[in-house]
Amino acid sequence: MRELSLNVMDVAQNSVAADASLITVRVMERGNRLTIEIQDNGKGMTEDQVSHVADPFFTTRTTRKVGLGVPLFKMQAEMTGGSFSIASHPGEGTAVKAEFVTSHVDMIPLGDMDATMLLLITCNPQRDFIYIRGKDGREFTLDTRQLRDVLGEEVPLNTPDVAAWIKEFLQEQTSYIEKG
Amino acid sequence: MKSLAELQAIREKARSQISVREGSNDAVRVLVGMATCGIAAGARPVLTAILDEISKRGLNKITVTQTGCIGICQFEPVVEVIAPGQEKVTYVKMTPEKAVRMVNDHLVNGNVVTEFTIGSNTK
Repeated sequence: MRELSLNVMDVAQNSVAADASLITVRVMERGNRLTIEIQDNGKGMTEDQVSHVADPFFTTRTTRKVGLGVPLFKMQAEMTGGSFSIASHPGEGTAVKAEFVTSHVDMIPLGDMDATMLLLITCNPQRDFIYIRGKDGREFTLDTRQLRDVLGEEVPLNTPDVAAWIKEFLQEQTSYIEKG
Repeated sequence: MKSLAELQAIREKARSQISVREGSNDAVRVLVGMATCGIAAGARPVLTAILDEISKRGLNKITVTQTGCIGICQFEPVVEVIAPGQEKVTYVKMTPEKAVRMVNDHLVNGNVVTEFTIGSNTK
């Protein structure tokens, strides 16, 4: 993976596979620390499954919903001197958290988070996403439940006009927080 | 600044078009492989290109969704086109440029882009 935003997309697919109705993606930068959290209310995993999630050989062979995705993400965080954790309870959901030291030579760029969020939202119009992006004290939130309230049931989130709105909203907000 | 009021306007506009979307049993489905293998091979820009082109051309009968790993990781990014009453077409090693052509030739004009399909790439 050349961008962490691709890992986010990949790991979020596990939440989709776990049939989550609400997926929260949090990307926070402060100084030389970047924290990425992906949390869902999907079916969760047992303690045994959690202990094997980061093992590519065990997981690819047994559970189809996790494979190389989590191990790669974990490796990329640890490569920078950061950390990785995963917490899950059956029936409640799963939370993945990775912390990166952005000044480290092995740090992979965050990349295009906007593209990742836009595709996650428009390809899963029946699920809700909360995207929280912060950098050095500035932050914004996109909560698809709010959009759904305005749009009503008859206009899905993957309607081209809505997708265009989300895309522009993300661009505007991201450039605002990145100006710093 | 993008405002929620704009979404309200989108809703009003969409209401008048809803009837067209109903009864979409004849809808063409486009599936993009978005497992680790697909994403690492470049599926995200391919998916973005497909959605952009479909929206540009107003092809609102086509649904685009993601799919998992279908076991041919060496051919990723893989895009499948499923049209009712027709055989499934599997496009392999896709790029955003190829994807735009696939939308125009196949989805708009009904001509399969044979040179991008798995059949032409397995020698």
